[in-house]
Order: sequence, then structure tokens, then C-alpha cells
Amino acid sequence: MEQQKSTWRTKVGLAEMLKGGVIMDVTNAEQAKIAEDAGAVAVMALERVPSDIRRDGGVARMSDPLVIQEIMGAVSIPVMAKARIGHFAEAQVLEALGVDYIDESEVLTPADESFHIDKHQFKVPFVCGCRDLGEALRRIGEGAAMMRTKGEAGSGNIVEAVRHMRTVTSHMRKIQGMREDELMAEAKSLGAPYELVVEIHRTGKLPVPNFSAGGIATPADASLMMQLGAETVFVGSGIFKSENPAARAKAIVDATTHFMDFKLIAELSKGLGKAMEGLDIRQLDEKDLMANRGW
Amino acid sequence: MNAVATAKLQNQGQGKLSTEHVCIGVLGLQGDYQKHLEMLHSIDGVNAKIVRTAQEISEWCDGLVIPGGESTTVGKLMARYGVDTAIIERAAKGMAVFGTCTGMILLASEIEGSDQHRLGLMDTTVRRNAYGRQLDSFEADLDVPCLGGKTVRAVFIRAPQITAVGSKVEVLATLESGEAVMIRQGNCLAISFHPELTDDTRVHKYFVEVTREAAVGLMAR
Repeated sequence: MEQQKSTWRTKVGLAEMLKGGVIMDVTNAEQAKIAEDAGAVAVMALERVPSDIRRDGGVARMSDPLVIQEIMGAVSIPVMAKARIGHFAEAQVLEALGVDYIDESEVLTPADESFHIDKHQFKVPFVCGCRDLGEALRRIGEGAAMMRTKGEAGSGNIVEAVRHMRTVTSHMRKIQGMREDELMAEAKSLGAPYELVVEIHRTGKLPVPNFSAGGIATPADASLMMQLGAETVFVGSGIFKSENPAARAKAIVDATTHFMDFKLIAELSKGLGKAMEGLDIRQLDEKDLMANRGW
Repeated sequence: MNAVATAKLQNQGQGKLSTEHVCIGVLGLQGDYQKHLEMLHSIDGVNAKIVRTAQEISEWCDGLVIPGGESTTVGKLMARYGVDTAIIERAAKGMAVFGTCTGMILLASEIEGSDQHRLGLMDTTVRRNAYGRQLDSFEADLDVPCLGGKTVRAVFIRAPQITAVGSKVEVLATLESGEAVMIRQGNCLAISFHPELTDDTRVHKYFVEVTREAAVGLMAR
């Protein structure tokens, strides 16, 4: 009875287990406990949430391993951590720490402007961001076991998350309707592996779970993304930059589960206090958009 | 109308439940419920749907699958919306329950070192994340005598371990090390792995039979 660890099935399998849930950014053990108590399915261990990274400027790197380990010790749910795009040594360090998932993330300053991490070489599974289908399939081709549409992290504005999710899902519907002899040309124009385009033609879905991130701040935001095809939501700055994190976290968890129960979402949305301050994406400089990092 | 109600009606006539559909809900609070639904849809004689409310469980389900997910999340969501009470009440009246991974944790009467929400329908003690973190998730071939000769490819993800079982619990499969990974107690079935992530429908078919037996048992009462 041979046992095999870190197979593709166990990597994608953990992403499957996180479906229908909320993954929350936390910066210390206390926030991690609040997230777990609210019903988070996993936490993302960070030194700073994206809105602070945006405010502070400078180079954003992998978090201090002490912060990550403190959070791993505080909760029983999976703990994820971020590595810079292309920084495979940061990823190797995170794997050595034993985190459950690595996010090769545009929220940090990219370490490589040409190449992403070869994720097949790792035992720990990876999640990556995407703005469109080609980007998603390139990351899956490199070994990502979970995708998330990028949105615009730290903005508190859902507009980019909606744009990216609609872009990915409408393109998949288009491929489903194609003739088989059109798929190679489509793969060429997408810059994506042909086999994955064929699989989408057949199934109409990404071959790994597709989550939503970047700008979710309210229970209705979570419902919107779930209705648009997200299978789980990441909430970054939206919880711990709001007035009442514990209540807001719980409300977003419940709204994600019951995303079609609008009477309930109305109740959940009452009296949550002030949401995080949002940013108008159109006021941001092109160079300040995190979503444009990666290719 | 669920199978139990159908059976009661047919009891007055000459219908046979064994040829009727059973209604199996997949608890859709959080986790890989869609995978379980797809698997149940591929089995003959099953009406399957996602259920999220106490009412759906009370009125519709002959059987209920509690899928893999995060047990702390699912436990909280059950308690917040009275779903736990509905499951316990329906199970007492003969609903079959199948817990995988998270579901197995929630069915247990004891969870080592934790006071998290649970159903406590099985006389078992479990330890969460007993094999380690994600890096220790694994696959193994499993002998499951009640499913016939061919082994089951079992996928374990941050899996819980059954550390003790009561006298009414039947062990249906173990790892080579001897740890139980598939158990049954009356109408409750629990496993620590994920058949829904493979193409092998035999475990789900076994649960459909457990559900059918439970419904027939009710009819005979």
C-alpha cells in the first residue's frame, strides 16, 4: 500500500475544501483568532494588509517568518503566505516553514519581470492571481493549483474584481462555443497551453478552483462575486481596516454561504459600522495598480 | 416527496422501495459539496441536491452528505442557522448521514483538544489535522472489503484521525498502520478521505444503500 505525498490531487484537493468560504488577511495571532472565530476557512499571514502596503510604498517582501509562525501556531485552519512574483527562494523558505498554500502575489513587489515561479517543483501548492483567461492558464501551466482573479488589492473597490471575473468567465463561455478546429488558434492568441484550452472547451470550467480577490469589503460584495462565478472569496484589507472587524468578518462568511438569500444578506449588512475607506481606481496612476504586475 | 413518504404511501399498495429513488442532500454550507453532488448524480436511483437550510433537511432528505471543508467553519454555520438541530432530529428518525473528513469530525462525539461545534451522532473520538499540515497530505491504496476486491485510491487532505471508537461502531477499512479510516454506526457512515476527488463511485454507492436500508427499515416499522 504505497503512500504518495504532495500529489496534484492533494494540492487541488485542499483548494476544493476551501470552496464556499472566506479566506482572510491577518497580520498577527489575535487577528487570526478573530478570523477563525468568525468562520474563515483559511487565513493569509501578512506583515501588512494590502492597503497599508499601498500607503507605505517602497518594496514589499515576504513577511517575517516569526509573524507567519505565530499565526500558524494560533489557529487550526490552513495558513497561507505570500511570495513575490518570480521569487522562488522566498517560496522555498515558505515551504520550509510548512505553510499550507503559497500565494505568488502581485500585492508584493515583483522580483522577476519576465518569469513566474516554476510551481511544479514545489511540494506545497500555489495560488496565483489573474486578470484574464490567458494569464490564468499560463499560471496553471506553471503548476498553480488554485486561481484567484486579482481585482485591485487594498482598494476597497470591487470594480476590478468584477471586471476580472467577468473577463475570465465570458472567455470560457466563448471557448465552449467554438469548433474544435478553432482551439489551436485560440490557444495561440491567448498565449496559453493548448491542452488547457481543449479542457475548457470540454468542461466550461478552469481545471482548478477559481476564487475572487481584491476589493471585497461588504457582505453584498461577497454575494456579487459568488454569483459571478467565484467559488470562494479572499478578503484582505476589507475586514481589519473596517470599524468592527469581528462582526464584518462573520457577516461576510454567512453571506458567502447564503449568497442567494437576499433577505438574510440584508439582515447581515445591518449595523456593521464603517467599511474600509475605498479608492477610486480611475484616480490611481497606472504604475500604482497592483493588478498590472505579472503577465 | 421524499422516499420515506413515498414508501409509506406504497405500503398501502404493492410498490417496492428498492426500485424507488432515494433523496440525498449534500450539505452546502461550505466545502467541496459540488464534487459530491456530481458523484451522486452519476448513480442510478438517486435524487440529489444541495441543501443549506434546516427546513430542506427536515422535509426532503432521506440521506445527507456532510462534505469535506473546514470543520470549524461548517460547525459554526450549522449552529448559527439551526441546521445542527435539524440533522440530529432527522437522524433520530432514520435519516442516513455520510460524513467525509470535516463531516467525520462533526459526527464525532469527542474532538481531541477542541470544544468546537459538533453533531455527536457517532460514538467516536477524532483528532484534527492528525497527519500534519498540507505538506503531509497523501494518497494511498485502501482495501475496503465491503466494496469488493479492487482497492480504493484514497486521498487524505489535512486529514483527521479516528483515535477511539465505541462498541457499536463497525470499522470498514484501515490503513496499513491499523488506523480506522472508514466506519459505520447504524445509519451513520464516516470516512477520513475523499472519494469525491476521484472517479470511483463505490463509497457513494455504499452510502446510497445505507440510505435505502434506513428508509426500508422505517417503512417496516
